[in-house]
Amino acid sequence: MIETDICIVGAGPVGLFAVFEAGLLKLRCHIVDVLPQIGGQLAEIYPKKPIYDIPGYPSVLAHELIDNLEKQIEPFKPGYTLGERIESFTKLDDGSFIVMTSDQTEIHAKTIAIAAGLGCFEPRKPELENLATYENKGVHYFIKDPNLYTGKKVLIAGGGDSALDWAIHLCSLGSEVILVHRGSSFRGAPDSAHKVQVLHDQKKLTLLLNSQVSALSGEGHIQSITVDDASGIKTEYAADYFIPLFGLSPKLGPIENWKLSLEKNAITVNTHDFATDIPGVFAIGDINTYPGKLKLILCGFHEAALMAHGAYKYIYPDKRVNLKYTTVNGIESF
Amino acid sequence: MDLITVNVIDFDGSLKPLEVPTGINLSLMEAMKASGYEIEASCGGMALCATCHVDVIVGHDQLSAPNDAELEMLDMLPVLKPNSRLSCQIRINDEVDGITVQILG
Repeated sequence: MIETDICIVGAGPVGLFAVFEAGLLKLRCHIVDVLPQIGGQLAEIYPKKPIYDIPGYPSVLAHELIDNLEKQIEPFKPGYTLGERIESFTKLDDGSFIVMTSDQTEIHAKTIAIAAGLGCFEPRKPELENLATYENKGVHYFIKDPNLYTGKKVLIAGGGDSALDWAIHLCSLGSEVILVHRGSSFRGAPDSAHKVQVLHDQKKLTLLLNSQVSALSGEGHIQSITVDDASGIKTEYAADYFIPLFGLSPKLGPIENWKLSLEKNAITVNTHDFATDIPGVFAIGDINTYPGKLKLILCGFHEAALMAHGAYKYIYPDKRVNLKYTTVNGIESF
Repeated sequence: MDLITVNVIDFDGSLKPLEVPTGINLSLMEAMKASGYEIEASCGGMALCATCHVDVIVGHDQLSAPNDAELEMLDMLPVLKPNSRLSCQIRINDEVDGITVQILG
């Protein structure tokens, strides 16, 4: 089992910086995030957008800020569990917690800091009647192992970059790919769109524009998929897999069931150390709310610092904390 | 400063008029959010998340056409209405007066 002082839920900028502030108090952190990479929204939604309100940076690209934070916290050697979602936690008699992820990873943590931003990013799902029954029985929202699809018939739906990129990639790995897009053209990524068109012309891939998936069928696993064109004509295609790629959308997810007090999908905290109403559980960044709350990265950084001190007092109620300055001590001594 | 009216159909189907002043550089998403509508608008107005998705039921044609970023994002969505727009990309000005939007989120 993973042992840590603070289990941080969410690897966005605030979760990452919490490692630094905890590190200054010699508290070790383990970060869990549902996405396969760190950075949260900054990596998933707007990596190439400039941010102008980080003190000391007139302008910084979202992914650069994440790269820098990763470097900044590296001396404190945080643990990472990525691509897994925290489902639940239980409190032990000694006040510590056992945290359980979607992949049954267990983390024994003295405290929990929820820095989950908007919640979990979950795939947007098309409205198809029996979609849920085929989930993991031919319906995949993520491509984890591209080789799984080699030699198989794969229908990808979507009009964004990832739909184009995966169509090209799976085609190169020997999948029989059908790409279905509701629109008449692809507005993003002209290079990939051109490649798909060339593959279609060479009959290496089937491109269906102005079309939409309308039905799934098969005995216990996807076997065929019905596609409607703009005039409503239905065509059935044999398929082993259906991969709808419509991007990700944030949902509060399991946090809703953690018996924390919530207000409009945000966790209510005090502004002393951002503790929730469960002692030992803190919430920082966009996921929390309190009078005067501003959803800004810089406010999240501030909250992380105060949270770390709160966590320290929870873990060591009898010890005094001396605030040390990195300028005086460097960071090696922590 | 002028006031314009947008008719907003909330998630529960109820329709209410929303009065918004023009000339203070607001988007429709910001105006609706400020009035208490529970729109996520998680990206904050960059046309990157589509959680402010609306269907413009009345007055679609009187609005300025969507830009490439908005069209690209709309392309990503699994479910699109004939007059789908991202409310963060609709600037509050006189051309918006009198439209009816349904929040889809």
